[in-house]
Amino acid sequence: MNRANGAAPLVEILHLVKSYRRGVQTVPVLSDITLSIGEGDFIALMGPSGSGKSTLLNLIAGIDRPDGGVLRVGGLDITQLSEAALAEWRAANVGFIFQFYNLMPVLTAFENIELPLMLTRLSRKERRERVELVLEMVNLANRAHHYPSELSGGQQQRVAIARALITDPTLIVADEPTGDLDRASAEEVLAMLQRLNRELGKTIIMVTHDAHAAGAANALVHLDKGELSDGNTR
Amino acid sequence: MHALKLITRNALRHKLRTALTVLGLTIAVLAYGLLNTVVDAWYAGAAAASNARLVTRNAISLSFSLPLSYENRIRGVEGVTLVARSSWFGGVYREPKNFFAQFAVSDNYLDLYPELIVPAQQRSDYQRDREGCLVGRQLATQFGFKVGDVIPIKGTIYPGTWEFVVRGIMDGRDESTITRQLIFHWDYLNESVRKMPGRRADQVGVYVLGIAVPEEAAAISRNVDDVFRNSLAETLTETEQAFQLGFVAMSNQIIAAIRVVSYVVIVIIMAVMANAMAMSARERTVEYATLKALGFGPGFLALLMFGESLTLCIAGGGLGMLLTPPAASVFREATGGVFPVFHVSRETVLLQAACAGVVGVAAAIIPAIQAARVRIVEGLRAIG
Amino acid sequence: MAIPLSYIARNLWTRRLTTALTAGGLALVVFVFSTVLMLDAGLKKTLVSTGEENNVVVIRKGAETEVQSAVDRNQANVIEMHPAVAVGGDGRRLASKESVVLISLAKIGSGKPSNVVIRGVSQAGIGLRPQVRLSSGRLFTPGSSEIVVGSSIAKGFAGTQPGEHLRFAQREWTVVGTFDAGGSGFDSEIWGDADQLMQAFRRTSYSSMVVRLAQGDQFERFRSDIDVDPRLADEAKRERTFYSDQSKALSTFLNILGFTLSAIFSIAAMIGAMITMYASVANRVAEIGTLRALGFKRANVLAAFLVEAMLLGLVGGLAGLGCAAFMQFASFSTTNFQTFADLSFRFILTPAIVGKTLAFSVTMGLVGGFLPALRASRMNIVEALRAR
Repeated sequence: MNRANGAAPLVEILHLVKSYRRGVQTVPVLSDITLSIGEGDFIALMGPSGSGKSTLLNLIAGIDRPDGGVLRVGGLDITQLSEAALAEWRAANVGFIFQFYNLMPVLTAFENIELPLMLTRLSRKERRERVELVLEMVNLANRAHHYPSELSGGQQQRVAIARALITDPTLIVADEPTGDLDRASAEEVLAMLQRLNRELGKTIIMVTHDAHAAGAANALVHLDKGELSDGNTR
Repeated sequence: MHALKLITRNALRHKLRTALTVLGLTIAVLAYGLLNTVVDAWYAGAAAASNARLVTRNAISLSFSLPLSYENRIRGVEGVTLVARSSWFGGVYREPKNFFAQFAVSDNYLDLYPELIVPAQQRSDYQRDREGCLVGRQLATQFGFKVGDVIPIKGTIYPGTWEFVVRGIMDGRDESTITRQLIFHWDYLNESVRKMPGRRADQVGVYVLGIAVPEEAAAISRNVDDVFRNSLAETLTETEQAFQLGFVAMSNQIIAAIRVVSYVVIVIIMAVMANAMAMSARERTVEYATLKALGFGPGFLALLMFGESLTLCIAGGGLGMLLTPPAASVFREATGGVFPVFHVSRETVLLQAACAGVVGVAAAIIPAIQAARVRIVEGLRAIG
Repeated sequence: MAIPLSYIARNLWTRRLTTALTAGGLALVVFVFSTVLMLDAGLKKTLVSTGEENNVVVIRKGAETEVQSAVDRNQANVIEMHPAVAVGGDGRRLASKESVVLISLAKIGSGKPSNVVIRGVSQAGIGLRPQVRLSSGRLFTPGSSEIVVGSSIAKGFAGTQPGEHLRFAQREWTVVGTFDAGGSGFDSEIWGDADQLMQAFRRTSYSSMVVRLAQGDQFERFRSDIDVDPRLADEAKRERTFYSDQSKALSTFLNILGFTLSAIFSIAAMIGAMITMYASVANRVAEIGTLRALGFKRANVLAAFLVEAMLLGLVGGLAGLGCAAFMQFASFSTTNFQTFADLSFRFILTPAIVGKTLAFSVTMGLVGGFLPALRASRMNIVEALRAR
């Protein structure tokens, strides 16, 4: 995906390779991916099952390591970071949204959102202020002290979005964010993502197999059998 | 796809949990067996007692002795076939931790204890040597005593250093016979005591009586005690078993505590097992629902649960039972002289098996009920 | 601690049954462990309080207990006149010639006989034991067949209440009072007039002598003088040392038995903890993956599960201690192997025992939870996130 203007891309991927070992066999998942994602982009990664789209997302998010190639985020080569440094980097730079929300069942909505802030040096008061701010943004201030089991799917995903926002990350990665939601909730979530992108300028990379969900993004990237195929720019 | 993953993951998880559970059971059953054996060992004296022997002692307490003059009067009581003297010597061999029993006995003492086997030649050598002694096989093995060795014993009740010459080794007729003892001549003790200032000679610790008809033990005991009622030293005569049990009773509370504690370990492992079974049942909800959908009834599912639990208990319990005898040997070596007899009884083995069985059943009850109650639809929904 | 304590604690609460069963197992081990420590503390307290700082016991050389010992009248007089022996206000030496024998009495409840110490004391002897106070009735009249019993005897043996009689040595002895010896070994004794008892038991020698030194630092001189004196065949020991030595075998036995049991049981309980923690980890694989993705490090995850395991240990420890604390209302009596006499003592809970017990309990949790916590921390993020 090429950029017309000269702004440095947020995510630079050059000849990225990734394979998995299954017993004695090595199964290639990504072969020679070259891609640039600019700041403020809202990209949908699409492709059939097994195409490697989730793998690519994982690599960009720093929760997996490539076997070869260059991967720079915000100018930093994250493949060179140690495990601990990578964790710190993620905490500051990446917000996660999962298909099944991945909230801690024993923590309230408030506490789930607060969780990433436990890695910072903010005081309890400062943490509370930020959480309340973000709860407002996702319209869940009145559900702050409910447990995930007491929230609907759509509400849980909004909590997850709030959690993803709380550290003000440069990058938000979403893996099938509407996969477990009904139509109405899905629309709500997608609208929220669009707002984050347009109003707050968040860079969002979303993996989805749902064409309708992909429609919410600004650009499309297709993956098939570990290789890029051309997408459309809107 | 998911169900398969669940099952394989369960199996893997299962391997470790299974191993840990079996290990826990093994340790619990082993500990229970050892504790039971310790309690049995305490009763060793009573177990080795013969119902054809009575013990006559001073009624005040064992710390008082009886006059020598009583011997003939006891012999005169009807039903008494033999009267032997026995005085507890209580000396120290090198160090207090080498503790073993020493008795100064009359020459006819061995006639009352046919279970102590001494070769005829050794017995007559002992008879002829005033300062001779006979040691039991267990002592000979532990300290390396051989015929001809001189054993120095430091007296506590009877002061001074005494030296006895080993003239023979006593073997036990069976496992329960106590061969951790040393016997020497009462006459030698008495002569030496006569020479000590202030001590009174012609005193006997206890008399051991042989009786012809064991059923008459109670009556004969009463008759013996009647002879000496209201005299200087009243006597208390009882069967040898009652006499030995009296010693056990002195440590009553300790023994009771050990018994309780042996069951505590079973309760601990029951909690662990119940926990493991409950976890297993929770994870298998999908399996059970599937089986039910296929037509298997709730009884079958419950049986599966009990089956799994009992299999673990048989494995762990069996291993524990197998390891108990060797562990008992090690324990016996480690505690040296404290337990003259330390033998794993058949009863202990049966109790171990029973405990394993009870744990197996009890731990599986609630999970089995839950498994049987699984509703197909809900169970299958658990796949997610 | 990055991962919040509330997350860790609430996870234990969510799986209440499992937590309860595991903590229960740990609690039982803790109960056994702390009870043994409490029993040992009780035994030590009984011994320590049985000995007076400057009292010295003299017995025959080679005898280990007073019952085995004999000190004749001449020897007793020589010992009494030693310059190190204190002199009382009335001009008499603070020395007591005592006769100690065992009698067989039936225990209340079981009816089984046990050996009890009867100590013939002189008036001086009573003065040498300031911890002994009359709690009911009166002291025996010198020259009479009256006796007083220690509080443990009154509680544990039949026929020992004031007004009742015990029959031994062809005489009826009347119990005229009960004394409280402050939890020391004397509570397990019966006292009477030394001369009367010796007459009844037809003894010509005393069993032992107890003297008070005028100055504590005179002990060494007193001891060596007694040791080398050709007229004597005796040895002197500080009263505290004497009683402490007498219970060494019992104390050692109880300790070895108790700790062996605790060690074995703790293995079973730790296995239980391990099983629970492995399950705890297995149930939260996706959560662990999420935490790692969010930026928590391996060390954070390791710490969180270790803390969970230690909390489990702590809960078990508190429960076990709570139950053990009730043992303080019970008393324990058994025959001391060395003296062959019944000895009564209590369970005593000290702050040190609370500390040791909780440390033991938390350690059990830690050891049991270590491998599972390691597994949790080592998980691959992507694989963990794939779990549901």
